[in-house]
Amino acid sequence: MNHGNGGIYMNQLISELFLHFFKNETIQEQTDSAILNVPAGHLAFTTDSFVIDPLFFPGGNIGSLSVCGTLNDLAVSGAKPVYLSAGFIIEEGFEFMKLERIVKSMALEARKAGVRIVTGDTKVVNSGKCDKLFINTSGIGMMEEKHLLIGSGCKVRPGDKIIINGPPGEHGMAVMQARKLFTFKTCLKSDCANLYPMISKMLKHSGLVHFMRDATRGGVAAVLNELARKCNIGIEIDETLIPVNEEVKVMCEILGFDPLYIANEGKLIAVVGEADAENVIGVMKQTKTGRETAIIGEITGSHSGRAVLKTKSGGKRIIDDLMGDQLPRIC
Amino acid sequence: MIPEGMRYIDEFRDSALVSNISRKIGLISEKQINLMEVCGGHTMAIHKNGLTDFLPETIHLLSGPGCPVCVSSQQCIDHAILLGRIPGVILATYGDLIRVPGSQTSLEKEKARYADIRIVYSVLDALEIARLNRNHRVVFIGIGFETTAPSSAAAILQAGKDRINNFFLLSSHKIMPPALETLAAGDTQIDGFIAPGHVSAITGYGIYNKLSEVYHRGVVISGFEPADILQSVFMLVKQIESGHFQVENEYTRIVKPEGNSRALAIMNEVFVPADAEWRGLGIVPLSGLAIKEKYAAFDASKRFTVKVPDSLPPAGCICGEILTGKSKPTDCNLFSATCNPLNPVGACMVSAEGACSVFYKFMK
Repeated sequence: MNHGNGGIYMNQLISELFLHFFKNETIQEQTDSAILNVPAGHLAFTTDSFVIDPLFFPGGNIGSLSVCGTLNDLAVSGAKPVYLSAGFIIEEGFEFMKLERIVKSMALEARKAGVRIVTGDTKVVNSGKCDKLFINTSGIGMMEEKHLLIGSGCKVRPGDKIIINGPPGEHGMAVMQARKLFTFKTCLKSDCANLYPMISKMLKHSGLVHFMRDATRGGVAAVLNELARKCNIGIEIDETLIPVNEEVKVMCEILGFDPLYIANEGKLIAVVGEADAENVIGVMKQTKTGRETAIIGEITGSHSGRAVLKTKSGGKRIIDDLMGDQLPRIC
Repeated sequence: MIPEGMRYIDEFRDSALVSNISRKIGLISEKQINLMEVCGGHTMAIHKNGLTDFLPETIHLLSGPGCPVCVSSQQCIDHAILLGRIPGVILATYGDLIRVPGSQTSLEKEKARYADIRIVYSVLDALEIARLNRNHRVVFIGIGFETTAPSSAAAILQAGKDRINNFFLLSSHKIMPPALETLAAGDTQIDGFIAPGHVSAITGYGIYNKLSEVYHRGVVISGFEPADILQSVFMLVKQIESGHFQVENEYTRIVKPEGNSRALAIMNEVFVPADAEWRGLGIVPLSGLAIKEKYAAFDASKRFTVKVPDSLPPAGCICGEILTGKSKPTDCNLFSATCNPLNPVGACMVSAEGACSVFYKFMK
């Protein structure tokens, strides 16, 4: 508890851990606010809190997730991430070694992304008042005027192509495995990754990227439904075109899950003008996070407000929102 | 003999194969017929894959009572809730059951009020909870048909062997044949049954003989992939058009004529048929599985004394008619606006394989 009371122990925690790993001039100042030099123009500003259990999972941990998640929220809005903040709520008794490992991950992801964590906060709460560790990250990114409408979807038109950068479901299934909810073993890893390098290339090479969103909780289905409802357009997805991770596919078949509803942390849905879709795909495939990019459907003028799936068998059904957690089949 | 290297997912979802079977059905189907897909898994598969698009207008599919969550009575939920309120009791349940409304509340709401209710993926997880929490009494709510009953039986046998005396089963397990015969004898026009594939994997074919021999209905045991279901429909239409009724097996890669004798032996060692209440059907004689006296030490209904009140179904809910094929979900006045997955009134809207939930999810 002493590490959260503003005294010597807290200062020790801040300097030995946070300042040590989040090395930059701004955070070293330890002022109440980070004073930032930003060029004139539009800023994107986002925040997210991370409460994942377990804290460590194949392919990442709560630290890498908290950095990549916020970077991605900026990037899919069309912004170049520049600064992050990091707030920690730590349960009394949480192991220092684990906290250090998490903070190191955050520093590494930020460094790889060329982004600085410039301010933060630490609270320690009594045992039982939080589940080990919660992290909040907020982020600021710079936006060019031509990208301001990407997050809104208002530029989306019938005929536009819908693109995903790889197979859905890897993060959610990797976390389920880490929770030991089932006994069979897989090689699955979370797809947790910074999408900005791929997105910056997309935006550089094409002026027809009309919409982007990362497919986190609620999966691909949530993004498609939000877009269809918000913009009152129809969406048709072809199940045969969706990239597949074979292990995710098999686990979903056994448990009765639909990969379209499973959380991702390194997948985005992009809507691109038909004329430039192939060009954008070619650019994405040259990046680490876009190697399995595919067109999976298109925007239509029919069934406005709805996303429809053409199944592998040829039948059609609605892709509805997720209602409650997916639960394994009983029999 | 299963061809080497055959995979069971993509091949049975192949659009050319599905279209071909659909065409074959169209060529022979002349009579207006009703086919009941008994199992909730089939209801889900049919609508998730858009298979009604492939059937001619002469064929109507009815949902049946093969969804264990959907047919769990309100009393069963109320009983579980009362057990969960006993100090020192941990309730373990399959996930879907947690949202089913009882007469006053649900397990989900009880969990929010600090009842120790844990979602498990297998009865063996519940047994493990009991093993690790010897100062608590762990009650597993056993629902499901012949597919899951053997695992509940196995858990009791294991509990006895390992002396895990704090493990109990509240059995709401049911068996299919009495319910199907009740439906066949009832007033819903059912010309044929798409029989449950995984139940049949345990029981074998014999449980359906009365449906064809006495009630003159077609029966085809079906797998769950699109090609399985459409092929089963084709086989049923052939039977009905010819008037030659029998029990056939489409799911040959999984179901054997004799079923799984080991699973049946375990089930019969622990359980004995007893009358059971089915939501929608009422009391069906000898359709439930009660724990034998020999294993009474693990029987939650005997080891805990609680008074479960009588209850009436919620006003306006027609789950019973839906489960017996008399109505479709869209016939219900509560469907969608009042009764939906966020605010379910009846059990058919709660389970992922309940007809109302499936209709809401895939067809609205």
